[in-house]
Amino acid sequence: MVALSWHKDQQHAGDRAARAALTFRALVVLLIVVSIASLGTGAAGLSLTGVIHDLTLGDGLSVRDRVILMDIRLPRLALGLLIGAALAMSGALMQGLFRNPLADPGIVGVGAGAGFGAVLAIVLGGLLPASVAAIVGIHLVPVAAFLGGWASTLLLYRVASRGGQTSVATMLLAGIALGALAGALTGMLVYMADDRQLRDLTFWNMGSLAGASWAKLGASLPLILPVLLLAPLLARGLNALALGEAQAAHLGIHVETVKRLAILGVAAAAGAAVAVAGGIGFIGIVVPHLLRLATGPDHRYLLPNAALLGASLLVGADMVARVIVTPAELPIGIVTATIGAPVFLWILLKRRGLGGL
Amino acid sequence: MLEVAALSARLSDKPILHGIDLTAAPGTVTAIVGPNGSGKTTLLRALTGDLAYNGAAHLNGRDLSKTHPREMAAIRAVLAQSTQLAFPFTVEEVIRLGLTAGTQARRSELPVRALEAVGLSGYGARDVQTLSGGEQARVHLARVLVQVWEPVTPQGPRWLFLDEPVAALDIGHQLTVMGLARSYADAGGGVVAVMHDLNLSAMYADQIALMVEGRMLAQGTPAQVLTDANLTRAYGCAVRVNAVPARGPWLVPQAMAG
Repeated sequence: MVALSWHKDQQHAGDRAARAALTFRALVVLLIVVSIASLGTGAAGLSLTGVIHDLTLGDGLSVRDRVILMDIRLPRLALGLLIGAALAMSGALMQGLFRNPLADPGIVGVGAGAGFGAVLAIVLGGLLPASVAAIVGIHLVPVAAFLGGWASTLLLYRVASRGGQTSVATMLLAGIALGALAGALTGMLVYMADDRQLRDLTFWNMGSLAGASWAKLGASLPLILPVLLLAPLLARGLNALALGEAQAAHLGIHVETVKRLAILGVAAAAGAAVAVAGGIGFIGIVVPHLLRLATGPDHRYLLPNAALLGASLLVGADMVARVIVTPAELPIGIVTATIGAPVFLWILLKRRGLGGL
Repeated sequence: MLEVAALSARLSDKPILHGIDLTAAPGTVTAIVGPNGSGKTTLLRALTGDLAYNGAAHLNGRDLSKTHPREMAAIRAVLAQSTQLAFPFTVEEVIRLGLTAGTQARRSELPVRALEAVGLSGYGARDVQTLSGGEQARVHLARVLVQVWEPVTPQGPRWLFLDEPVAALDIGHQLTVMGLARSYADAGGGVVAVMHDLNLSAMYADQIALMVEGRMLAQGTPAQVLTDANLTRAYGCAVRVNAVPARGPWLVPQAMAG
């Protein structure tokens, strides 16, 4: 009996489903631990036991501390989880779409395109009639960022892909051009902005979860949540796409549909993340890369695990950002770039060894 | 039944295929041969949905240009000339990509059996990107086999479309792979393969379609098609065709004149 099951394991040693399921459970635990730690961390000095008591039993904190917990730390945690999951998911989706582990919305100009959309909404949003502004309200900036990100992803895909294959070099170079163009257009808008808008832009541009509020959460949730829930449905298509577009079609995948949905997903998740939290880089590169090392590139496991790990990583990075120069705080983009940029270079070097570029 | 009539196709506005007629029956192996640039691969791409075409093409009665990829995937699998895998999948993971809705029997066993068939038993956990070219080619063949594992289903015969299936292989594995194609056809499935090796084609194919400059020069049994005259005209070099008893034609290329 033992020998039989051993034999079976040997035969299916190349199937990493069990390991991926185990990783999923470990990541859920990590997410819970990081979340609780995050609630107990900050300048106000709330005790962790007090926080846990208050959340579970409804007492344990003073009125002042409860306000800090409910209106500052909880929305910040929730936004951090959401944005982290969105960034990692958009990275994993984009890498599947471009068949390339170096594709990341922040690096190839999609973040810049989304940023241009957001700035456009902030600067020109004031010109909207009050009645329209009342309807679109807080959703204007995230939706504009989504449209900006969508247009740039679409453009990038057109430029970088030929006959169903994408070239890494073309993608990275086109991304630089796209980022520069979006940056220039954004710069022009900044010149047109008035003082109040400039203040908004400056805060937005810092790339931070510091302004987290339940309202911001509400503004980004409608764009991000559908992507997190529905993206795993694209997993089989993205797996097949790893063989190339023609071969994915031979396997019965409607390639155009998968590509269109993936582009929409990347734009919605990355756009909403950029709109509420500014430029937070490298989560989308680091998270899928680590998971591929651990459990392989199968998108059925990669996509949900990436959302979990991305959420934990961003909340963890936010904790570091809040603690390291307390009582001030570091922009979180600095923390993620410090971790992420070396990982990006590491992947690049390894691929050069394989002749991957 | 594969039925192609008056098929023509263009690649970036350049006409490549002109009025191709081709019929292939299930239970047979059809080899499409011809010199470089004669349009063999383009024809296969038109027949597998990669390329738009004019004319008529039907597989098991389904119009190739109007059938959903999922429905086609249930009745035919396609082996490309080469496959660049984007991510470090294991051999078993790649083969499982072939387990589409159309695959029926004992899905969990198929990857192991397919690996055995292509001579890669025990390779399941290996990273495909670290294998040799010939090994990778056989991994993808195993994936293709898994997709249409049963040559005949209640819905009808199924098909293998192979683009140069033996190009990257040593002679032993060439015979293994052609043997697989042969037994797939013997079990009732259809095989259409683009081939360079005329002798292997003569050994394993029931029908040979000889293409030149985007046209079908000749079509029939190996003995009918592989003649001195046809080959000299198609390849522009002298070829001496001999006969091997019970095996059909055997070709010996002659040195280029002058």
